[in-house]
Amino acid sequence: MELSEQEVLRVAELAHLDLIPEEIKRFQPQLAAILEYVQKLGRLDTTQVEPMAQVIAPGALSAPLRPDVARPSLPQEVALQNAPDAGAGHFKVPSVIEKAGTSGE
Amino acid sequence: MTSSDLTRLSAEQIHEVLIRKEASAEEICREHLKRIQQQDPEVRAYLTVSAERALEQAKKVDLRIAEGGRLPDLAGVPVAVKDVILTRGVRTTCGSKMLEDYVPPYSATAVDRLEAEGAVILGKVNCDEFAMGSSTENSAYFPTHNPIDLTRVPGGSSGGSAAAVAAHLATAALGSDTGGSIRQPAAFCGVMGMMGTYGRVSRYGLVAFASSLDHIGPFGRTVRDVALLLKAIAGRDPADSTSADVPVPDYAATLEDGVQGFTVGVPKEYFEGLNPEIGDNIQKGIDRLEALGCKVTSVRLPHTEYAVACYYIICTAEASSNLARYDGVRYGFRSADFKGLREMYRKTRDAGFGAEVKRRIMLGTYVLSSGYYEAYYHKAQQVRTLIARDFIEAFDEVDAIVTPTAPHPAFGLGERIDDPLQMYLGDIYTVTASLAGIPGISVPCGRTRSAPHLPVGMQIFAKHFDEARLLQVARAFEKSGGLENGSDQ
Repeated sequence: MELSEQEVLRVAELAHLDLIPEEIKRFQPQLAAILEYVQKLGRLDTTQVEPMAQVIAPGALSAPLRPDVARPSLPQEVALQNAPDAGAGHFKVPSVIEKAGTSGE
Repeated sequence: MTSSDLTRLSAEQIHEVLIRKEASAEEICREHLKRIQQQDPEVRAYLTVSAERALEQAKKVDLRIAEGGRLPDLAGVPVAVKDVILTRGVRTTCGSKMLEDYVPPYSATAVDRLEAEGAVILGKVNCDEFAMGSSTENSAYFPTHNPIDLTRVPGGSSGGSAAAVAAHLATAALGSDTGGSIRQPAAFCGVMGMMGTYGRVSRYGLVAFASSLDHIGPFGRTVRDVALLLKAIAGRDPADSTSADVPVPDYAATLEDGVQGFTVGVPKEYFEGLNPEIGDNIQKGIDRLEALGCKVTSVRLPHTEYAVACYYIICTAEASSNLARYDGVRYGFRSADFKGLREMYRKTRDAGFGAEVKRRIMLGTYVLSSGYYEAYYHKAQQVRTLIARDFIEAFDEVDAIVTPTAPHPAFGLGERIDDPLQMYLGDIYTVTASLAGIPGISVPCGRTRSAPHLPVGMQIFAKHFDEARLLQVARAFEKSGGLENGSDQ
C-alpha cells in the first residue's frame, strides 16, 4: 500500500508526535507494510455482522455499576506528587493564552 | 534444607515448609534476593528490586506463623510483578522512559489481593514498553535474556515475568496479556502462564494499553501455583467496572479430578505454517491427553487467518486513545525544550516514547481517523465478532481446545526487531483468544528436537469462565510428566 510522507506527517500531527525526519523515513514503509497486510479483512463479507466493541461473556453482567456514593479520593498533594511541574495545588503548564504582541501557538 | 533449595520450591511447597518450620519466610525471601543479585546480571529480568518492602512483608508472615494463625496459601511466596502493574511506593516504569521516575500512589487490585494473602513482592520485572511487543526488546532500559539460552529473547511482552520464574528469581509472577503477552513468553521460557476470561481479574492499577483486550494473569512453575495465584487475584472489584460479577471457584480443589471423558478439540488452522518440531511436540501432547482419557476431535476455527490483522487494528486504535494521557502534565516525563503547550505535548511524547509505541500510536490514529474509520476499525470489530463466534460454536462440541502457543521457539536477540510485521505475525495463535475473551494457558510441552533444545508451549483454551476445567486439563498433562518424561526426550 502507498502511504505518502504527507500522510505520515498528518497522522503524527493528529497523534501529537513531533517526529524527526529519520523517524518519518523509517515509519513510512513499515506502516505501509502493516496497512497492506491488514487489507486482507476486506476479503470477508461482514455486511450482516454486528461490530464487537467489548467482550460480554455469557452469564456475566455487562459493566455492573457500583453504588453512586462519595468515597475518599487521593489527597491533593499525593495526586500532584508525580507531576513534572506543580505549584499552589495545581499542575503547572505553559501559558495557553498569548500575551498581546507575542507570537506563538 | 540447603539454602539453594529454597528458590526451587513451588508455592505449594513453601506453604508446607513454613508450616513445618523448616525455613522462615524471611529466609526464603533472602535466598531469592541473593539469587537475584547473583543471577540477574545475566538474565536481566528485574527493573526494580524492592528488597526492604519484601523483607518487611516476609517478617510479617513469620510473625503470623509465630502467633499460630492460619496461614494463607500464598503466605511467604516470593512474587515478581510486571512493571505495567502499579505497586504503591515502588517505581513503576512500564518499561518506558515516559515513566522513568513514576512512583504510584496506589497498588493494582491484583497486587493488593496477593499481598493480603501474604505474598512477598520481590520487585518489578522488565517488559516491552507499555506491554507492546513480543520479545521484551522494546523495553526502554535493556532487553531481558531467555534463561534457557541467554542469546535468545524470553518472549514478550511479559518477558521479565517469564524469565524470573524460569530462572528461579521468583516463585511466581504477575504479567499482563493483551494479545499473548503472558502465554507466549511462558512458552519461550518453559513455564506456565495463564490469561483468565476477560473480566475474571480486575485491571484496576494495570496501566492501560488496549482496554477491550487487557488482562492481568499469573505465571508459575506448576499448574497448582497458577491456580492458587488466579484464585487470589480473581473476582469482582468495584474499582473496575469491567471485572465480572461471577463467583470464583476454588480452582485448586478440582485440579486432580482428571480429564476422563473430556472432549478436546484440535483446530487444523493452528497447524499451518508452523515450525515442524513444534508441531511434533504438540501432536505428542495431544496424544498424551488422549491416553489420559480425553476424546480428541477436530474443530474448525475458520477465521483464524484474519486474527492478526483484526487484532493489530483494534489494539493500536485503543492504544492511541489510552496513551493520549502521556502529555507531560500530570505525571511522567516532560521535555525541557518547548515553546507553548502544544509543542510541549509533541516534544514530550516524541522523546518519551520508544519506536514501537510510536508506531502503534500512529497506526491506531490512522485507523481511527476520518475517512478510514469504517474501512479499518469498524471492519475489524465486525471480524472480531466472527472470530468470537468461531469459538462459541466450537465449544458447543468440546470442553477444551489445544493448540501450539507460538509458531516458533524463542528467537535470537535482535533477530526480528527491525521487522515489526514479522514480529506481529508470530502472535497468530494467541491473539484469537484475546479477541474472543476466552481463557488460555500455555503449559510446557517438551523441547525442540534439534539443538539448542528450546522449550515448546502447548496452549489450552476453554470457554468463558471455565478456567477450572482448563486448569484440570493442564494439571492432568503436567501430572503425566508432560513430554519431559516422554519416550522422545
